[in-house]
Amino acid sequence: MALPLRYSLRNALVRWRSTVATVLGIALVVFVFVLLQSLAAGIEKSSGNTGDPRNLLVVRKGSTAESASLIGRQNLQDIRYLPEIARNAAGEPVISADVLVLVNLPRRLHNGEANVLLRGVTPRGMELRPQVHLVAGRWFVPGHREVVVSAKLARRFANFDLGSSFKSGSATLTVVGWLAGGGSAFDSECWLDADECRSLFERDMYSSFLIRPVDAAAAARLIDRIENDRRFKLKAEREVDYYRKQTMTAAPIKWLGNFLAVTMSVGAVFAAMNTMYAAVGARTREIGTLRVLGFRRRSVVLALLLEGGFLALLGGILGCAIAFYWNGYTTATMGMETFSEIVFEFRVTPRLVTEGLIFAVAVGLIGTALPAIRAARLPVIAALKAI
Amino acid sequence: MSEPESIVTIRHLSKIYAQGDIQVTALDDISLVIAAGEFLTLMGPSGSGKSTLLHIIAGIDRPTSGECLVQGIDVTKLNESQLADWRNQNVGFVFQTFNLIPVLTAFENVELPLLLTRLGHAQRRKLVNTALDIVGLADRSHHLPKQLSGGQEQRVAIARALVTDPKLVVADEPTGNLDSHSAQEVLGILQSLSRQVGKTVIMVTHDPKAAAFGSRSIHLEKGELTN
Ligand SMILES: Nc1ncnc2c1ncn2[C@@H]1O[C@H](COP(=O)(O)OP(=O)(O)O)[C@@H](O)[C@H]1O
Ligand SMILES: [Mg+2]
Repeated sequence: MALPLRYSLRNALVRWRSTVATVLGIALVVFVFVLLQSLAAGIEKSSGNTGDPRNLLVVRKGSTAESASLIGRQNLQDIRYLPEIARNAAGEPVISADVLVLVNLPRRLHNGEANVLLRGVTPRGMELRPQVHLVAGRWFVPGHREVVVSAKLARRFANFDLGSSFKSGSATLTVVGWLAGGGSAFDSECWLDADECRSLFERDMYSSFLIRPVDAAAAARLIDRIENDRRFKLKAEREVDYYRKQTMTAAPIKWLGNFLAVTMSVGAVFAAMNTMYAAVGARTREIGTLRVLGFRRRSVVLALLLEGGFLALLGGILGCAIAFYWNGYTTATMGMETFSEIVFEFRVTPRLVTEGLIFAVAVGLIGTALPAIRAARLPVIAALKAI
Repeated sequence: MSEPESIVTIRHLSKIYAQGDIQVTALDDISLVIAAGEFLTLMGPSGSGKSTLLHIIAGIDRPTSGECLVQGIDVTKLNESQLADWRNQNVGFVFQTFNLIPVLTAFENVELPLLLTRLGHAQRRKLVNTALDIVGLADRSHHLPKQLSGGQEQRVAIARALVTDPKLVVADEPTGNLDSHSAQEVLGILQSLSRQVGKTVIMVTHDPKAAAFGSRSIHLEKGELTN
């Protein structure tokens, strides 16, 4: 039979002065782990959940990013009327030839400049991306040099308030609305009319085509046709696959998070061990007494493990709570493919919290194991005679 | 009950501690019979082996040689876990330093040995309250040890020793840390356990006034019985 749970819990709490360092140490490890993983989760989600599985994205063969791709106008004429492409109610093919332009703009608070991705988009392109919706102001009117910027970018860049305007090269654009991309890659874009964009920035070529095929079979045929037609030199893939590949950038952060967690947890294990050695050492006679009363070695070990695990759990909860403070906090990084400002949110997911807590308890149990076993190994009489 | 039944029979019991080259003989060929219901006091100077003998009888320590039968069972032959169960069911302990668990209340301390039995919650509660009643501390059951006086702590410890209704109660200088008033109370309780409930009580003491509460007294000197 086990010792009552309250024996372990009260012992963990009664010595709070000596355990507070251990709890804080474990909290720090869990905090760093959860925060870095939530950063990675945020970066992954920023492109990972972008796109519609029914859509195909076409870029120039060999281009790793839409913004670095150039597609001639003849290609649009050749592809537009292919039978695999769906038609809308008005009978027009559902294809959007977009153009992407990188512009260098000043950040707020004179905090330097950064690249922003401008997307020249067509009405079809807007219909194909229902993730994107307006959160303030109105949509642009073609021909009026108007732009709708991401609300998340608006917080980071000067001149992105509604009614403000900014200059890039010879073009001056007025911000008339804010868009939200629902945590997708579009949260890092500014949209304007495609034809206007091409004329303002003197682009003859397109960057990409976004296509809605008739059905999945048509999509497969279309990919085949585009990739194998020697005239094109184009690459077609599902929109979601394209964005999933853009997600790779989070891997180093995940790796760093795991690396820091593992190295720091070694320190935390020793801290927990130190605390539990002291706690157990001061209670040697008490443990002897419990054994005299008939409690087995394993009951003593279990009670001490519960005590150490409980302490660590407190640390884990604290670490997660501090990390959770950053949940939803928006920040940005430079995209490795586009070299433009990519915004993302820290995402402290339930899964991450669970992992953080399990991690904390594991640290506590490992740190407690040795002191607990040593205490229980002592013969009853030796434990009882300890001062 | 015409013939006093023996509860403890000790034959040729020795305990030798080897510390490097030096050997310390704590008990030297002790033979002793203790009758059921006795209140036996073990007296002798410090270092004479009183605690060692008590620990062996109670199944906490092992002799170097000899046997110690308690109710017909040779406790020196039991293994670790058999001893743990045997102690839980047959012996109540009272220590000089009380040895209550600081984070548990008086009630929870007394309940501890019962957690190793099959008794249900309600039965345990009843037994704990009865034991606390016997030592006159029913109204202190929710106090922590640090909220009790030394005498009260020792009475809680006696309640913990009684709660499983063991045949044998052993006490190692139970009044050593108490003022004379508290000591009288504790000794009175131990005496009535033997006189009124028929328990066998073995108490180590070096205080003749304490020994006067017992029904028989034996003396140890350098590990040997002297009377
Ligand atoms: N763990 C031990 N190692 C070595 N010698 C011990 C140990 N425990 C007790 N002794 C010795 O055994 C003798 C008897 O000790 P003890 O039974 O505690 O005496 P008492 O209780 O009568 O004061 C003493 O000489 C003591 O020093
Ligand atoms: Mg002694």
